[in-house]
Amino acid sequence: MSPVEPRVRALSERVILVEFGDTAAMDAATRARVRAGVLALTREAIDGTTDVVPAYNTIAVHLDAASLGHFPAPYLEQVLREVRARVSDMPETPPAPGRLVEIPVVYGGVDGPDLDEVADHTGLTAAQVVALHAGAVYEVAMIGFSPGFPYLAGMPEQLTTPRRTTPRTHVPAGSVAIGGRQTGIYPQASPGGWRLIGRTTRVLFAPGEDPPALLAPGDRVRFVPVD
Amino acid sequence: MLTTVQDLGRTGYQALGVSTGGAMDPTALRVANLLVGNPEGAAGLEVTLVGPTLVALSPVLMAITGGALGPSVNGVPVPERRAIALSAGDVVAFGCAPAGARAYIAIAGGIEVPAVMGSRATDLGVAIGGLEGRALRRGDVVPTGTPSAAARRTMRRLEAAGRRVAWWGAAPHLRRARLIDPIVRVMRGPEYDWFSGEADRAFWETSWRITDRSNRMGLRLEGGRVALPAARELVSSPVATGTIQVPPGGEPIILMADRQTVGGYPRIAQVCEVDLAVLAQLTPGARFRMTEISLIDAAQLLLARERDIYDLGNGLAIHHL
Repeated sequence: MSPVEPRVRALSERVILVEFGDTAAMDAATRARVRAGVLALTREAIDGTTDVVPAYNTIAVHLDAASLGHFPAPYLEQVLREVRARVSDMPETPPAPGRLVEIPVVYGGVDGPDLDEVADHTGLTAAQVVALHAGAVYEVAMIGFSPGFPYLAGMPEQLTTPRRTTPRTHVPAGSVAIGGRQTGIYPQASPGGWRLIGRTTRVLFAPGEDPPALLAPGDRVRFVPVD
Repeated sequence: MLTTVQDLGRTGYQALGVSTGGAMDPTALRVANLLVGNPEGAAGLEVTLVGPTLVALSPVLMAITGGALGPSVNGVPVPERRAIALSAGDVVAFGCAPAGARAYIAIAGGIEVPAVMGSRATDLGVAIGGLEGRALRRGDVVPTGTPSAAARRTMRRLEAAGRRVAWWGAAPHLRRARLIDPIVRVMRGPEYDWFSGEADRAFWETSWRITDRSNRMGLRLEGGRVALPAARELVSSPVATGTIQVPPGGEPIILMADRQTVGGYPRIAQVCEVDLAVLAQLTPGARFRMTEISLIDAAQLLLARERDIYDLGNGLAIHHL
Protein backbone atom coordinates (compact mmCIF):
# COMPACT_ATOMS: atom_id res chain seq x y z
CA MET A 1 0.00 0.00 0.00
CA SER A 2 1.51 3.28 -0.99
CA PRO A 3 1.36 6.06 1.59
CA VAL A 4 -0.74 9.14 0.95
CA GLU A 5 0.96 12.03 -0.76
CA PRO A 6 2.48 14.57 1.59
CA ARG A 7 0.66 17.88 1.91
CA VAL A 8 2.60 20.81 0.46
CA ARG A 9 1.56 24.32 1.49
CA ALA A 10 3.06 27.69 2.28
CA LEU A 11 3.71 28.77 5.86
CA SER A 12 4.70 32.22 4.60
CA GLU A 13 5.68 33.99 1.40
CA ARG A 14 9.03 32.23 1.53
CA VAL A 15 8.68 29.16 3.73
CA ILE A 16 7.07 26.03 2.28
CA LEU A 17 5.91 23.15 4.50
CA VAL A 18 5.84 19.51 3.47
CA GLU A 19 3.60 17.65 5.94
CA PHE A 20 3.50 13.86 6.30
CA GLY A 21 0.60 12.23 8.15
CA ASP A 22 -1.39 13.89 10.90
CA THR A 23 -0.10 16.53 13.28
CA ALA A 24 0.75 14.06 16.08
CA ALA A 25 2.61 11.49 13.94
CA MET A 26 6.13 10.69 15.09
CA ASP A 27 6.41 7.02 14.07
CA ALA A 28 9.40 5.44 12.33
CA ALA A 29 7.68 5.19 8.93
CA THR A 30 6.86 8.91 8.97
CA ARG A 31 10.41 9.77 9.98
CA ALA A 32 11.78 7.69 7.12
CA ARG A 33 9.59 9.63 4.70
CA VAL A 34 10.80 12.92 6.19
CA ARG A 35 14.39 11.80 5.66
CA ALA A 36 13.68 10.82 2.08
CA GLY A 37 12.01 14.18 1.55
CA VAL A 38 14.99 16.09 2.94
CA LEU A 39 17.27 14.17 0.57
CA ALA A 40 15.02 14.98 -2.38
CA LEU A 41 14.90 18.68 -1.46
CA THR A 42 18.64 19.07 -0.86
CA ARG A 43 20.04 16.87 -3.66
CA GLU A 44 18.32 19.01 -6.24
CA ALA A 45 17.63 22.20 -4.29
CA ILE A 46 15.05 24.68 -5.51
CA ASP A 47 16.63 28.00 -6.51
CA GLY A 48 16.96 30.33 -3.53
CA THR A 49 16.77 27.57 -0.88
CA THR A 50 18.65 28.61 2.27
CA ASP A 51 17.49 25.92 4.71
CA VAL A 52 15.74 22.56 4.58
CA VAL A 53 14.59 21.93 8.16
CA PRO A 54 13.19 18.54 9.17
CA ALA A 55 10.94 17.99 12.19
CA TYR A 56 9.11 14.79 13.25
CA ASN A 57 6.53 14.83 10.48
CA THR A 58 7.19 18.06 8.60
CA ILE A 59 9.89 19.62 6.46
CA ALA A 60 10.25 23.38 6.06
CA VAL A 61 11.96 24.80 2.98
CA HIS A 62 13.16 28.37 3.57
CA LEU A 63 13.78 30.60 0.55
CA ASP A 64 15.88 33.73 0.28
CA ALA A 65 13.71 36.83 -0.23
CA ALA A 66 16.10 38.48 -2.68
CA SER A 67 16.01 35.43 -4.99
CA LEU A 68 12.23 35.30 -5.39
CA GLY A 69 12.12 37.94 -8.09
CA HIS A 70 14.04 35.58 -10.37
CA PHE A 71 11.11 33.19 -10.65
CA PRO A 72 8.74 33.90 -13.49
CA ALA A 73 5.70 35.39 -11.71
CA PRO A 74 3.80 34.16 -9.81
CA TYR A 75 6.75 32.64 -8.00
CA LEU A 76 4.80 30.96 -5.19
CA GLU A 77 2.84 28.68 -7.50
CA GLN A 78 6.03 27.67 -9.19
CA VAL A 79 7.85 27.01 -5.92
CA LEU A 80 4.95 24.93 -4.58
CA ARG A 81 4.93 22.98 -7.85
CA GLU A 82 8.65 22.35 -7.66
CA VAL A 83 8.48 21.17 -4.04
CA ARG A 84 5.57 18.86 -4.90
CA ALA A 85 7.47 17.39 -7.82
CA ARG A 86 10.40 16.50 -5.58
CA VAL A 87 8.45 14.90 -2.72
CA SER A 88 5.57 13.23 -4.55
CA ASP A 89 7.65 10.72 -6.42
CA MET A 90 9.96 9.46 -3.70
CA PRO A 91 11.17 5.85 -3.71
CA GLU A 92 9.24 3.39 -1.55
CA THR A 93 12.38 2.01 0.08
CA PRO A 94 13.47 4.10 3.06
CA PRO A 95 16.86 5.81 2.87
CA ALA A 96 19.84 3.93 4.34
CA PRO A 97 20.17 4.30 8.11
CA GLY A 98 22.35 7.19 9.28
CA ARG A 99 25.75 6.68 10.92
CA LEU A 100 25.83 5.32 14.46
CA VAL A 101 27.31 7.62 17.12
CA GLU A 102 28.14 6.29 20.59
CA ILE A 103 27.67 8.69 23.51
CA PRO A 104 29.37 7.80 26.81
CA VAL A 105 27.13 8.67 29.76
CA VAL A 106 27.63 8.81 33.51
CA TYR A 107 24.15 7.89 34.78
CA GLY A 108 22.70 9.05 38.11
CA GLY A 109 24.31 10.86 41.01
CA VAL A 110 25.14 14.55 40.51
CA ASP A 111 25.24 13.95 36.74
CA GLY A 112 21.69 12.59 36.63
CA PRO A 113 19.81 14.04 39.61
CA ASP A 114 16.39 12.89 38.34
CA LEU A 115 17.30 9.23 37.76
CA ASP A 116 15.57 8.13 40.95
CA GLU A 117 12.43 10.13 40.10
CA VAL A 118 12.29 8.43 36.72
CA ALA A 119 12.69 5.07 38.47
CA ASP A 120 9.87 5.94 40.91
CA HIS A 121 7.57 7.12 38.14
CA THR A 122 8.19 4.10 35.91
CA GLY A 123 8.17 1.51 38.73
CA LEU A 124 11.62 0.32 37.70
CA THR A 125 14.89 0.31 39.60
CA ALA A 126 17.50 2.91 38.69
CA ALA A 127 19.65 0.10 37.25
CA GLN A 128 16.75 -1.04 35.07
CA VAL A 129 16.19 2.50 33.81
CA VAL A 130 19.85 2.74 32.83
CA ALA A 131 19.83 -0.71 31.20
CA LEU A 132 16.74 0.14 29.14
CA HIS A 133 17.97 3.62 28.20
CA ALA A 134 21.42 2.37 27.18
CA GLY A 135 20.04 -0.76 25.55
CA ALA A 136 18.18 1.02 22.74
CA VAL A 137 19.38 2.51 19.47
CA TYR A 138 17.85 5.93 18.86
CA GLU A 139 17.31 7.99 15.75
CA VAL A 140 17.86 11.75 15.64
CA ALA A 141 14.34 12.77 14.59
CA MET A 142 15.23 16.43 14.49
CA ILE A 143 17.44 19.06 16.05
CA GLY A 144 15.87 22.03 17.78
CA PHE A 145 15.30 23.86 21.08
CA SER A 146 18.93 25.00 20.98
CA PRO A 147 21.85 24.52 18.55
CA GLY A 148 22.71 20.83 18.32
CA PHE A 149 19.95 19.58 20.69
CA PRO A 150 18.92 16.16 19.32
CA TYR A 151 15.35 14.97 19.76
CA LEU A 152 15.88 11.21 19.91
CA ALA A 153 13.14 8.81 18.89
CA GLY A 154 13.10 5.16 19.84
CA MET A 155 13.06 5.31 23.62
CA PRO A 156 11.52 2.20 25.24
CA GLU A 157 7.95 3.11 26.21
CA GLN A 158 8.39 2.00 29.84
CA LEU A 159 10.72 5.00 30.32
CA THR A 160 8.07 7.61 29.44
CA THR A 161 8.16 10.26 32.18
CA PRO A 162 6.46 13.66 32.04
CA ARG A 163 8.53 16.82 32.14
CA ARG A 164 9.04 18.62 35.42
CA THR A 165 6.17 20.96 36.28
CA THR A 166 8.70 23.71 37.00
CA PRO A 167 11.62 23.77 34.56
CA ARG A 168 15.12 24.16 35.96
CA THR A 169 16.71 27.52 35.30
CA HIS A 170 20.09 25.85 34.80
CA VAL A 171 20.67 22.50 33.15
CA PRO A 172 24.40 21.71 32.74
CA ALA A 173 25.80 21.16 29.24
CA GLY A 174 25.92 17.48 28.28
CA SER A 175 22.91 16.50 30.39
CA VAL A 176 21.06 13.44 29.06
CA ALA A 177 17.36 13.79 29.73
CA ILE A 178 13.89 12.31 29.30
CA GLY A 179 10.93 14.48 28.33
CA GLY A 180 7.71 12.53 27.85
CA ARG A 181 8.23 9.90 25.13
CA GLN A 182 11.52 11.40 24.00
CA THR A 183 15.07 11.55 25.16
CA GLY A 184 17.68 14.15 24.29
CA ILE A 185 20.95 15.80 25.22
CA TYR A 186 21.41 19.46 26.24
CA PRO A 187 24.42 20.74 24.21
CA GLN A 188 24.73 24.00 26.16
CA ALA A 189 23.92 25.00 29.71
CA SER A 190 20.37 26.34 29.47
CA PRO A 191 17.03 26.34 31.25
CA GLY A 192 15.13 23.08 30.73
CA GLY A 193 12.23 21.00 31.96
CA TRP A 194 13.28 17.48 31.04
CA ARG A 195 14.29 14.87 33.66
CA LEU A 196 18.07 14.65 33.91
CA ILE A 197 19.27 11.03 34.15
CA GLY A 198 22.95 11.37 33.22
CA ARG A 199 25.63 13.43 31.58
CA THR A 200 28.10 13.05 28.74
CA THR A 201 31.46 14.70 28.15
CA ARG A 202 30.98 14.60 24.36
CA VAL A 203 30.72 18.08 22.86
CA LEU A 204 27.47 18.25 20.89
CA PHE A 205 27.88 21.72 19.43
CA ALA A 206 31.03 23.68 18.59
CA PRO A 207 30.35 26.85 16.56
CA GLY A 208 33.84 26.89 15.01
CA GLU A 209 33.74 23.31 13.68
CA ASP A 210 32.44 22.13 10.34
CA PRO A 211 29.86 20.75 10.81
CA PRO A 212 29.22 22.54 14.10
CA ALA A 213 26.90 19.85 15.45
CA LEU A 214 28.00 16.34 16.44
CA LEU A 215 24.66 14.89 15.32
CA ALA A 216 22.51 15.47 12.25
CA PRO A 217 18.89 14.45 11.64
CA GLY A 218 18.81 10.78 10.63
CA ASP A 219 21.90 9.79 12.62
CA ARG A 220 21.56 6.93 15.10
CA VAL A 221 22.70 7.14 18.70
CA ARG A 222 23.61 4.59 21.35
CA PHE A 223 24.34 5.57 24.96
CA VAL A 224 27.24 3.74 26.61
CA PRO A 225 27.24 3.77 30.44
CA VAL A 226 30.59 4.75 31.96
CA ASP A 227 31.64 5.18 35.58
CA MET B 1 21.09 50.10 26.06
CA LEU B 2 21.39 47.18 23.68
CA THR B 3 23.59 47.62 20.64
CA THR B 4 24.70 44.51 18.75
CA VAL B 5 26.51 43.70 15.53
CA GLN B 6 23.98 42.26 13.06
CA ASP B 7 23.91 41.24 9.42
CA LEU B 8 21.17 39.42 7.50
CA GLY B 9 21.59 36.32 9.64
CA ARG B 10 22.90 32.82 9.67
CA THR B 11 21.37 30.71 6.94
CA GLY B 12 21.98 27.06 6.21
CA TYR B 13 22.19 25.83 9.81
CA GLN B 14 18.56 25.71 10.90
CA ALA B 15 18.50 21.93 10.46
CA LEU B 16 21.12 21.85 13.24
CA GLY B 17 18.96 23.99 15.51
CA VAL B 18 20.80 27.27 14.84
CA SER B 19 18.60 30.39 14.74
CA THR B 20 18.75 32.58 11.68
CA GLY B 21 19.12 35.71 13.79
CA GLY B 22 20.35 38.87 12.11
CA ALA B 23 18.74 42.30 11.96
CA MET B 24 15.20 42.50 13.40
CA ASP B 25 14.39 44.99 10.60
CA PRO B 26 16.48 43.59 7.74
CA THR B 27 15.18 46.08 5.19
CA ALA B 28 16.55 48.97 7.25
CA LEU B 29 19.99 47.35 7.42
CA ARG B 30 20.01 46.60 3.68
CA VAL B 31 19.18 50.23 2.89
CA ALA B 32 21.85 51.52 5.29
CA ASN B 33 24.45 49.33 3.61
CA LEU B 34 23.50 50.44 0.10
CA LEU B 35 23.81 54.09 1.18
CA VAL B 36 27.47 53.61 2.13
CA GLY B 37 28.41 51.46 -0.87
CA ASN B 38 28.40 48.14 1.00
CA PRO B 39 26.91 44.84 -0.10
CA GLU B 40 23.36 44.65 1.33
CA GLY B 41 24.32 41.94 3.78
CA ALA B 42 27.35 43.61 5.37
CA ALA B 43 27.39 43.71 9.16
CA GLY B 44 26.22 46.91 10.87
CA LEU B 45 25.07 47.94 14.32
CA GLU B 46 21.54 47.39 15.58
CA VAL B 47 20.71 50.05 18.17
CA THR B 48 17.76 49.33 20.46
CA LEU B 49 15.76 52.23 21.96
CA VAL B 50 18.68 54.01 23.61
CA GLY B 51 21.59 54.78 21.38
CA PRO B 52 25.27 54.46 22.19
CA THR B 53 27.74 57.34 21.84
CA LEU B 54 30.32 56.50 19.18
CA VAL B 55 33.58 58.22 18.36
CA ALA B 56 35.05 57.90 14.86
CA LEU B 57 38.71 56.82 15.12
CA SER B 58 39.36 57.54 11.44
CA PRO B 59 37.41 59.13 8.56
CA VAL B 60 34.45 56.92 7.68
CA LEU B 61 31.23 57.03 5.70
CA MET B 62 28.15 56.18 7.78
CA ALA B 63 24.40 55.90 7.30
CA ILE B 64 21.60 55.51 9.86
CA THR B 65 18.23 53.93 9.03
CA GLY B 66 15.29 52.24 10.75
CA GLY B 67 13.61 53.69 13.82
CA ALA B 68 14.07 57.42 14.39
CA LEU B 69 16.23 57.55 17.51
CA GLY B 70 17.35 61.17 17.07
CA PRO B 71 20.90 60.82 15.70
CA SER B 72 23.37 63.68 15.90
CA VAL B 73 27.01 64.30 14.99
CA ASN B 74 28.97 66.56 17.36
CA GLY B 75 25.64 67.66 18.84
CA VAL B 76 24.10 68.69 15.50
CA PRO B 77 21.10 66.60 14.41
CA VAL B 78 21.75 64.64 11.21
CA PRO B 79 19.18 63.20 8.83
CA GLU B 80 18.48 59.51 8.53
CA ARG B 81 18.83 57.54 5.30
CA ARG B 82 21.71 59.66 3.96
CA ALA B 83 25.42 58.94 3.63
CA ILE B 84 27.30 60.97 6.25
CA ALA B 85 31.06 61.59 6.17
CA LEU B 86 32.69 61.48 9.59
CA SER B 87 36.17 62.79 10.41
CA ALA B 88 38.39 61.29 13.07
CA GLY B 89 37.13 62.48 16.45
CA ASP B 90 33.53 63.10 15.38
CA VAL B 91 30.99 61.98 17.98
CA VAL B 92 27.78 60.22 16.95
CA ALA B 93 25.04 60.24 19.59
CA PHE B 94 21.33 59.56 19.82
CA GLY B 95 18.56 61.57 21.46
CA CYS B 96 15.46 60.55 23.31
CA ALA B 97 11.74 60.35 22.44
CA PRO B 98 12.29 57.74 19.79
CA ALA B 99 9.80 56.96 17.03
CA GLY B 100 10.58 53.33 16.51
CA ALA B 101 12.57 50.78 18.48
CA ARG B 102 15.62 49.93 16.40
CA ALA B 103 18.03 52.00 14.34
CA TYR B 104 20.74 50.58 12.09
CA ILE B 105 24.18 52.07 11.58
CA ALA B 106 26.13 51.01 8.51
CA ILE B 107 29.78 51.93 8.11
CA ALA B 108 31.50 51.78 4.72
CA GLY B 109 33.49 48.55 4.65
CA GLY B 110 31.14 46.88 7.12
CA ILE B 111 31.91 45.72 10.62
CA GLU B 112 34.73 43.26 10.38
CA VAL B 113 34.28 40.79 13.18
CA PRO B 114 34.95 37.10 12.46
CA ALA B 115 32.10 35.28 10.75
CA VAL B 116 30.70 32.35 12.71
CA MET B 117 28.84 29.81 10.57
CA GLY B 118 28.89 32.26 7.68
CA SER B 119 27.49 35.25 9.59
CA ARG B 120 28.68 38.10 11.80
CA ALA B 121 25.27 38.41 13.51
CA THR B 122 25.38 38.43 17.31
CA ASP B 123 23.36 35.59 18.85
CA LEU B 124 23.16 36.60 22.50
CA GLY B 125 21.56 33.31 23.56
CA VAL B 126 24.38 31.13 22.22
CA ALA B 127 26.98 33.89 22.69
CA ILE B 128 28.35 33.72 19.15
CA GLY B 129 28.99 36.27 16.40
CA GLY B 130 29.47 40.01 16.77
CA LEU B 131 31.93 41.18 19.39
CA GLU B 132 32.67 38.03 21.43
CA GLY B 133 29.03 36.98 21.17
CA ARG B 134 27.83 39.87 23.33
CA ALA B 135 26.31 43.34 23.11
CA LEU B 136 28.62 46.34 22.76
CA ARG B 137 29.80 48.01 25.92
CA ARG B 138 31.67 51.17 26.86
CA GLY B 139 35.23 51.20 25.57
CA ASP B 140 34.77 48.63 22.77
CA VAL B 141 36.56 49.33 19.53
CA VAL B 142 34.40 48.21 16.60
CA PRO B 143 36.61 47.05 13.74
CA THR B 144 35.55 48.10 10.24
CA GLY B 145 36.60 46.79 6.84
CA THR B 146 37.94 48.53 3.76
CA PRO B 147 35.39 50.87 2.16
CA SER B 148 34.41 50.04 -1.42
CA ALA B 149 35.66 52.17 -4.33
CA ALA B 150 32.14 53.62 -4.51
CA ALA B 151 32.28 54.69 -0.85
CA ARG B 152 35.71 56.29 -1.34
CA ARG B 153 34.47 58.25 -4.37
CA THR B 154 31.46 59.44 -2.37
CA MET B 155 33.69 60.58 0.50
CA ARG B 156 35.88 62.55 -1.93
CA ARG B 157 32.82 64.05 -3.55
CA LEU B 158 31.36 65.18 -0.21
CA GLU B 159 34.72 66.62 0.80
CA ALA B 160 35.03 68.52 -2.50
CA ALA B 161 31.54 69.95 -1.99
CA GLY B 162 32.34 70.91 1.61
CA ARG B 163 29.40 68.86 2.86
CA ARG B 164 29.13 66.30 5.64
CA VAL B 165 25.77 64.91 4.56
CA ALA B 166 24.96 63.60 1.08
CA TRP B 167 22.22 65.53 -0.75
CA TRP B 168 20.76 62.25 -2.01
CA GLY B 169 19.34 59.43 0.05
CA ALA B 170 16.64 56.80 0.44
CA ALA B 171 12.93 57.17 1.13
CA PRO B 172 11.67 55.75 4.44
CA HIS B 173 10.54 52.13 4.11
CA LEU B 174 8.12 52.73 6.98
CA ARG B 175 6.02 55.85 7.35
CA ARG B 176 6.12 57.12 10.92
CA ALA B 177 2.32 57.15 10.96
CA ARG B 178 2.33 53.38 10.47
CA LEU B 179 3.93 52.94 13.89
CA ILE B 180 0.99 54.53 15.74
CA ASP B 181 -1.69 51.90 16.48
CA PRO B 182 -0.71 50.04 13.33
CA ILE B 183 -2.52 47.23 11.60
CA VAL B 184 -0.32 44.19 11.12
CA ARG B 185 -1.29 41.94 8.23
CA VAL B 186 -1.20 38.18 8.87
CA MET B 187 -1.99 34.98 7.00
CA ARG B 188 -3.76 32.02 8.55
CA GLY B 189 -1.29 29.60 10.12
CA PRO B 190 -1.23 25.80 9.78
CA GLU B 191 -3.29 25.30 12.98
CA TYR B 192 -5.64 28.25 12.46
CA ASP B 193 -8.63 25.90 12.16
CA TRP B 194 -7.99 24.49 15.63
CA PHE B 195 -9.30 27.70 17.16
CA SER B 196 -13.05 28.06 17.58
CA GLY B 197 -15.27 31.06 16.88
CA GLU B 198 -14.67 32.77 20.20
CA ALA B 199 -10.88 32.43 20.14
CA ASP B 200 -10.88 33.36 16.51
CA ARG B 201 -12.84 36.53 17.22
CA ALA B 202 -10.53 37.46 20.11
CA PHE B 203 -7.54 37.05 17.82
CA TRP B 204 -8.85 39.49 15.20
CA GLU B 205 -10.63 41.95 17.49
CA THR B 206 -8.16 42.39 20.33
CA SER B 207 -6.00 45.47 20.45
CA TRP B 208 -2.76 43.60 21.26
CA ARG B 209 -0.09 45.12 23.42
CA ILE B 210 3.60 44.25 23.28
CA THR B 211 4.79 43.33 26.76
CA ASP B 212 8.19 44.14 28.22
CA ARG B 213 8.91 40.40 28.26
CA SER B 214 9.58 40.75 24.54
CA ASN B 215 13.03 40.51 23.01
CA ARG B 216 14.88 39.50 19.85
CA MET B 217 13.51 35.95 20.20
CA GLY B 218 9.88 36.91 20.27
CA LEU B 219 7.20 39.46 21.05
CA ARG B 220 4.93 38.38 23.88
CA LEU B 221 1.47 39.89 23.57
CA GLU B 222 -1.24 40.68 26.08
CA GLY B 223 -4.68 42.21 25.98
CA GLY B 224 -6.77 39.18 25.12
CA ARG B 225 -6.94 35.39 25.23
CA VAL B 226 -6.99 33.02 22.30
CA ALA B 227 -7.69 29.71 23.99
CA LEU B 228 -7.90 26.37 22.23
CA PRO B 229 -11.37 24.85 22.73
CA ALA B 230 -9.69 21.59 23.83
CA ALA B 231 -6.13 20.52 24.51
CA ARG B 232 -4.61 19.06 21.38
CA GLU B 233 -1.16 17.65 20.77
CA LEU B 234 1.16 19.12 18.18
CA VAL B 235 4.55 17.48 17.84
CA SER B 236 7.35 19.99 17.41
CA SER B 237 7.06 21.50 13.95
CA PRO B 238 8.96 24.06 11.91
CA VAL B 239 8.41 27.75 12.55
CA ALA B 240 9.58 30.90 10.79
CA THR B 241 10.20 34.47 11.73
CA GLY B 242 6.74 36.00 12.05
CA THR B 243 5.03 32.77 13.11
CA ILE B 244 2.39 33.51 15.78
CA GLN B 245 2.24 30.72 18.34
CA VAL B 246 -0.40 30.31 21.01
CA PRO B 247 0.85 28.69 24.24
CA PRO B 248 -1.70 27.13 26.61
CA GLY B 249 -2.29 30.43 28.45
CA GLY B 250 -3.77 31.90 25.26
CA GLU B 251 -1.50 34.95 24.97
CA PRO B 252 0.15 34.84 21.55
CA ILE B 253 3.89 35.01 20.92
CA ILE B 254 5.24 36.37 17.63
CA LEU B 255 8.55 34.72 16.80
CA MET B 256 11.28 37.15 15.75
CA ALA B 257 14.87 36.97 14.50
CA ASP B 258 16.45 34.89 17.30
CA ARG B 259 13.57 32.40 17.40
CA GLN B 260 14.09 28.68 17.72
CA THR B 261 13.95 26.59 14.56
CA VAL B 262 11.02 24.38 15.65
CA GLY B 263 8.17 24.86 18.09
CA GLY B 264 5.43 22.83 19.73
CA TYR B 265 2.65 25.42 20.14
CA PRO B 266 -0.14 25.74 17.57
CA ARG B 267 0.69 28.23 14.84
CA ILE B 268 -2.44 30.36 14.53
CA ALA B 269 -1.08 32.86 12.01
CA GLN B 270 1.94 34.14 10.14
CA VAL B 271 2.87 37.82 9.85
CA CYS B 272 3.40 38.89 6.27
CA GLU B 273 7.06 39.57 5.65
CA VAL B 274 6.83 43.28 4.91
CA ASP B 275 5.01 43.92 8.21
CA LEU B 276 7.78 42.28 10.24
CA ALA B 277 9.53 45.65 9.90
CA VAL B 278 6.56 47.31 11.66
CA LEU B 279 6.75 44.84 14.55
CA ALA B 280 10.51 45.27 14.82
CA GLN B 281 9.94 49.00 15.32
CA LEU B 282 7.23 48.77 18.02
CA THR B 283 8.27 49.42 21.60
CA PRO B 284 6.99 47.60 24.69
CA GLY B 285 3.56 48.96 25.56
CA ALA B 286 2.70 49.69 21.92
CA ARG B 287 -0.65 48.43 20.68
CA PHE B 288 -1.63 47.04 17.32
CA ARG B 289 -4.37 45.03 15.64
CA MET B 290 -4.20 42.22 13.18
CA THR B 291 -5.98 41.89 9.89
CA GLU B 292 -5.99 39.06 7.38
CA ILE B 293 -4.05 39.15 4.14
CA SER B 294 -4.00 36.46 1.48
CA LEU B 295 -0.81 34.61 0.71
CA ILE B 296 -0.90 35.92 -2.84
CA ASP B 297 -1.19 39.54 -1.73
CA ALA B 298 1.57 39.07 0.83
CA ALA B 299 3.81 37.59 -1.84
CA GLN B 300 3.11 40.57 -4.10
CA LEU B 301 4.08 42.98 -1.30
CA LEU B 302 7.30 41.06 -0.73
CA LEU B 303 8.17 41.20 -4.44
CA ALA B 304 7.35 44.92 -4.53
CA ARG B 305 9.69 45.52 -1.58
CA GLU B 306 12.47 43.55 -3.24
CA ARG B 307 11.96 45.60 -6.41
CA ASP B 308 12.20 48.81 -4.37
CA ILE B 309 15.49 47.72 -2.83
CA TYR B 310 16.82 46.69 -6.23
CA ASP B 311 15.86 50.08 -7.67
CA LEU B 312 17.41 51.88 -4.71
CA GLY B 313 20.66 49.98 -5.24
CA ASN B 314 20.72 51.02 -8.89
CA GLY B 315 19.90 54.63 -8.09
CA LEU B 316 22.60 54.86 -5.44
CA ALA B 317 25.13 53.23 -7.77
CA ILE B 318 24.74 56.25 -10.06
CA HIS B 319 25.35 58.64 -7.13
CA HIS B 320 28.39 56.62 -6.09
CA LEU B 321 29.99 57.02 -9.58
